[in-house]
Amino acid sequence: MGKSRTSFSWDRLIDFLLPIVAVLAALLVGAVLLLLLGENPITAYTVLIRGSLGNVNGLTQTLTKMTPLLLVALGICIAFRGGMINIGGEGQIILGALATTAVALAFPTWPRWILLPVVLLSGALAGAFWGGIAGVLKAQLDVNEILSTVMLNVIALQLMNFLLRGPMLDPEQIAAGTNIAQSAALPKQVWLTRLVPRTLLHSGIILAIILAVLVYLLLWRTTVGYRIRAVGLNQSASRYAGIPVRSYMALSMILSGGFAGLAGAVEVTGVHHRMIEGLSGGYGFSGIVAALFGHLHPLGAIPASFFFGALLVGADKMQRTIQVPSALIIALQGLVVLFVVASEYYVRKRSRRRVAVSSDEPPSDEPLADASAHLGQEVIGV
Amino acid sequence: MKEFFTVAVLVGIAHSGIRLAAPYLFASLGEMVGQLSGVLNLGVDGIMLMGAFAAFYVVFMTGNLWLGLLAALVVGALMGLLMALVSVTMGAEQGISGIGLYLFGLGLSSLLFKTMIGSVESVSGFSTLNIPVLSNIPIIGPIFFDHSVVVYLAYLMAPVSWYLINRTTLGLKIRAVGQNPEAADSLGVSVNGVRYFTVIYGSAMAGIAGAALSIGLLNVFQENMTNGLGFIAVALVYFGGWRPFGILAGALLFSTVNALQLWAQVLGIGIPSDLAVMLPYVLTIVALAFAVRQVRQPAALTKPFERGE
Repeated sequence: MGKSRTSFSWDRLIDFLLPIVAVLAALLVGAVLLLLLGENPITAYTVLIRGSLGNVNGLTQTLTKMTPLLLVALGICIAFRGGMINIGGEGQIILGALATTAVALAFPTWPRWILLPVVLLSGALAGAFWGGIAGVLKAQLDVNEILSTVMLNVIALQLMNFLLRGPMLDPEQIAAGTNIAQSAALPKQVWLTRLVPRTLLHSGIILAIILAVLVYLLLWRTTVGYRIRAVGLNQSASRYAGIPVRSYMALSMILSGGFAGLAGAVEVTGVHHRMIEGLSGGYGFSGIVAALFGHLHPLGAIPASFFFGALLVGADKMQRTIQVPSALIIALQGLVVLFVVASEYYVRKRSRRRVAVSSDEPPSDEPLADASAHLGQEVIGV
Repeated sequence: MKEFFTVAVLVGIAHSGIRLAAPYLFASLGEMVGQLSGVLNLGVDGIMLMGAFAAFYVVFMTGNLWLGLLAALVVGALMGLLMALVSVTMGAEQGISGIGLYLFGLGLSSLLFKTMIGSVESVSGFSTLNIPVLSNIPIIGPIFFDHSVVVYLAYLMAPVSWYLINRTTLGLKIRAVGQNPEAADSLGVSVNGVRYFTVIYGSAMAGIAGAALSIGLLNVFQENMTNGLGFIAVALVYFGGWRPFGILAGALLFSTVNALQLWAQVLGIGIPSDLAVMLPYVLTIVALAFAVRQVRQPAALTKPFERGE
């Protein structure tokens, strides 16, 4: 493991560059699309970059959008590394946000130093619970986690619709008769500190970056993390090595859901200060894109989510100033995913060549040695 | 509550239920063929959106409904070609490439709609085609024989798919490729060729499913108008145990609950309909956990095939 990290190799450089090439290719396709639609791609991309990175205001918005993206992406890193395809980020964000709101509104008199950690933790726990349903169903009853997370997304959405129109509806909305589906405002002591005055940028970004480092340490410096990755790479080898595979499958979904839930909690306490409809904002999917772009590495997820945060902010600016629909960026995200997973083909072909040189099947007495040899290559393959 | 259970309302609900199953049927039965050959296409929702837009745009411009349907078919097939390229040839992880395809279709259909049409417009879609004599039967007639041709086509897809899978050589090849690609390959079946066919076919059906929404049922196009329907369509394939008539039953379950909710809203009945709407999704999870386990999924599902190991 250590050897491949220290020594320079062209293969590793190419692996590192592949996602960047994927993004450039996607932007190129986007430019052609814009040309076909009669828009000027250079103007559009200039507005996009200036709007998201060119001034303090844009930059703070980018960092604000980056926060939930990074948190979701961290969870995705854990799940995908553990061989679990978690596409339930949207539902887990919603559950996290709902729990945060409910707990904060239930104990409005508690002091900040206790209430804030408690509400953030409730958000993470609720997300972990929602992800855990899919994880346990997969581990115990072999229910495809892709399908169960899709279903759980819809259920979470309906639950939110029900709560925000019924039990959690803002009393002020009822009094005014407007009935906009949102909760009451949270007590001020759970609002995250604003880092730059008159912007939305809040201390959640610091929390997210600290957690990125912690997730890195978890995955690469602890036994638990090693086992999560081993299970993701080779279940039968892990089983032979005595790892309780089912428990680790469930665990990676629980952790993954926890981070998405925390993203919801941070959106509520940092940005909106109440639960609103549409709070999940597609972060559950964009987080997957960011995680893949960052090589499913927690530290790679930091620049990746910054980049996709900038794209989202820039897309809004583009739509408002030159009327190029921001939907363009969603399409480009899709292309980035397609290009990144397709480029794995190349990586896999090469590593197969390398494996063919040594041996094809893992020797039965040392199965995990084979798995850890793969771990060293840090292939995105799930 | 009393007015809810009149004959007229119940007939209305049943009629809507039958009607709303059409997009599920096209999408799920197409997806089923792909899955039987071993490819999970999770991008159905994005393909449906592209199909819905293509059909809507063509009908908006030309007024020709069949041309609209053809456009949805072609656009769906092209999306399928992209999926096949990434998932079959490049052997990408299918759960993830499907998400990419979904986001691509979601974004592109909105982009095209906003730049090419821009405002909310409606078209005159397929009108209802009363089947003579049968549609005059009381109760049965209005429920089953008072639909547009798109709805009839959707139901026709179930026996057609059954025949394709169980009674044709192609169907045999599809199942062989999904169960044991190595064996199929050694018998001279082109595994990836069959998979290209099934993925493109399934995607073309997903395109039609989108058209069924935009020019068959609703006669408008909106951004993200499928609202996740395509993901449900994928789950229905599992729910139905990879069998056309199982899928038909599942589609009717979802569409009937949708119909109930719509009618409850129209009649202003205060049941917490959001909670009622959760039921089929919960039921699907329960079914996946317990009932569907009895049915074996295609052995090579989500496993890319490469020759010469």
